[in-house]
Amino acid sequence: MLETSPLETFLRGVAILLVILFFMFPIFWIVLMSFQTNETILRIPPSFIFEPTFDNYRALITGKLETNAASLDIAFMRNMGNSVLLSVGAVLLALILGVPAAYSFARHKTRFSEDIAFTLLSFRFAPPLLVLLPLTIYFQKLGLSDTYFGLIWVYQLICLPLILWIVRGYFEDISEDVEYAYRIGGHSWFETFRKIAVPLAGPGIAAAGLLAFIFAWNNFIFALVLASADKQPVTVGALAFVTASGIQYGQIAAAIVLSITPTLLLAVYAQKYLVEGLSLGAVKG
Amino acid sequence: MSTSQLQLHRVDKIYGVASTGVHAVKDLSMQVNAGEIVALLGSSGCGKTSTLRMIAGFEEVSSGSIEINGTPIHQLPPVRRNVAMAFEGYSLYPPLTVRDNIAFALKSAKLAKSEIASRVAHVAQLLEIENILDRYPVSISGGQQQRASLGRALIRDADLHLLDEPMGQLEPQLRAVLRARIKHFIKERGLTAILVTHDQTEANALGDRIAVMEAGLLQQYDTAAHLKNSPANLFTGTFIGEPPMNVFAASVELHDNSVHLLLAEAVTLVYASSEFDPRVLERIAGVKKLMLGIRPYAVRRAASGVVATVVANQWLGDQTHISTSFAGSNLVIVEHDRVRLNKGDEISVAIAADDLHLFDSETWVALSHGRNVA
Ligand SMILES: Nc1ncnc2c1ncn2[C@@H]1O[C@H](COP(=O)(O)OP(=O)(O)OP(=O)(O)O)[C@@H](O)[C@H]1O
Ligand SMILES: [Mg+2]
Repeated sequence: MLETSPLETFLRGVAILLVILFFMFPIFWIVLMSFQTNETILRIPPSFIFEPTFDNYRALITGKLETNAASLDIAFMRNMGNSVLLSVGAVLLALILGVPAAYSFARHKTRFSEDIAFTLLSFRFAPPLLVLLPLTIYFQKLGLSDTYFGLIWVYQLICLPLILWIVRGYFEDISEDVEYAYRIGGHSWFETFRKIAVPLAGPGIAAAGLLAFIFAWNNFIFALVLASADKQPVTVGALAFVTASGIQYGQIAAAIVLSITPTLLLAVYAQKYLVEGLSLGAVKG
Repeated sequence: MSTSQLQLHRVDKIYGVASTGVHAVKDLSMQVNAGEIVALLGSSGCGKTSTLRMIAGFEEVSSGSIEINGTPIHQLPPVRRNVAMAFEGYSLYPPLTVRDNIAFALKSAKLAKSEIASRVAHVAQLLEIENILDRYPVSISGGQQQRASLGRALIRDADLHLLDEPMGQLEPQLRAVLRARIKHFIKERGLTAILVTHDQTEANALGDRIAVMEAGLLQQYDTAAHLKNSPANLFTGTFIGEPPMNVFAASVELHDNSVHLLLAEAVTLVYASSEFDPRVLERIAGVKKLMLGIRPYAVRRAASGVVATVVANQWLGDQTHISTSFAGSNLVIVEHDRVRLNKGDEISVAIAADDLHLFDSETWVALSHGRNVA
């Protein structure tokens, strides 16, 4: 072990604290906002001292938004449900399609495999707005617009390239001979894929899945255009807080806090896999 | 007991496209009889592993065919070839313990639990890995992984066992012990095996026959004694044997009753014609330039003869290696006693006709061994 002087330890602590403050401040501020009324939020100068209120959360959970002018219904909890459904559905679909595809790209190199893989990745380069208009027209023709199925299909386009490219790297890192050893031990390639390759790439698949989930969860534009109110996710649902009588900052903040909670919990839970997954070495035979 | 005969027929392996790729195995034909152990010997990169991988089905043959018991297998998937393999890189499956790694092929063959347990115990004892059976591959040493991987191959009832440098990581003492045990194990069960090794002692001890490969070509496929006494070409001649064969370029002069071999620096070796089979004389008469090979232990110090100058003298504990300068080149002499000679000493050496190996200097093909035609 290298010796570190107390001063060095202290300076390091300060540096880390500064970094944390810098990155966490917006989130911290939003959390504070979510416990305030619009009046305390908007006062000048802003202050950390206020009387906390749970009104914002209550309004979101009960679905009744009380403004100074009127009381209106909001569908926040429904939006949350939609977000979960769309993101989970899209990630699952992308995993089912993407993991075998990634394996095939990693193991069976043909003349065109690199081109095909790149084409799939290039979906990510296209600006969503450019894709939206044709997509809307197709969806109307196919009767897919404003269906969960159609939305998951579109969301899955966001997840698939990510999963494909990340997981492919993990498969490439597994020694082929480990798989061959299993195959000559009396197993088909599919058994080998299921019992050897997938478990060994497990941390990587988890990491890719989580990342894809975050991307899907945060998507805004596709859902805005392709879904009607009752199928919209939180990202779009939050628009409801911009009301005729003003912007409901407190509720927006509470909505943000609630909507980042699932991803945050997932990330904390999957942290072990993420670290394992990102430090590759674990899967080398 | 399932043992069987393997037949490779004109097998080629080219990695990548035919024109620019690596031609790793060239026109390889060989046969391994049922119950035979064949040692595959050759320098690094000569195509040994590629050959095994084609037999096991991890690489396709670029051309040619592979048969086991007369049935072509080179187009079957690995699972249907019934071949066991110990990998050069061990390739143990990290999430399984050593025990489960060794046993998984038996489990998938649906053997009874008790049968599996007793076989694993036997193999583990054989390879001295009983104490690590419940450890995971990451937590054991390279040599232990190698033995686990060897165990995983040996335990199976396959038609053919392919062992790719199965003991490379082990110390010589353990290797010597395991060598004997493995040979006994294989022979007792009548298994058929191909063993890749860099260790000639291992090849001699384990192999019924030895296949020598170089640059993708099978150079010679024979018993250890034949490889040593009648190398088919200059490559096998110099590759087999430690220290390697001394080689000199020579030209031939045939006189009425004698044969003169003219070496560099006006050194001439003279033999009576009667010391050679007439067909040898006939053959070398047509080849003016040849290569002369002499095994280090075949060179004798004599009262009279040609002169060599000592360059270095090393006692290795059981033999002396005398390195001398002779005919513009290096001549190594091995003696079994401790010899006191110093740098610069001149010694007379005699080389018997029986110990001469003559090769064509262009094609490297052997012309004669001792008095006989090759
Ligand atoms: N997958 C591959 N792609 C391209 N070239 C390869 C591949 N595998 C092996 N080669 C080449 O083929 C030749 C033979 O390789 P091989 O692994 O069969 O050698 P080897 O005799 O087993 O050597 P070693 O004793 O070092 O293990 C080498 O030149 C090697 O670089
Ligand atoms: Mg090799």
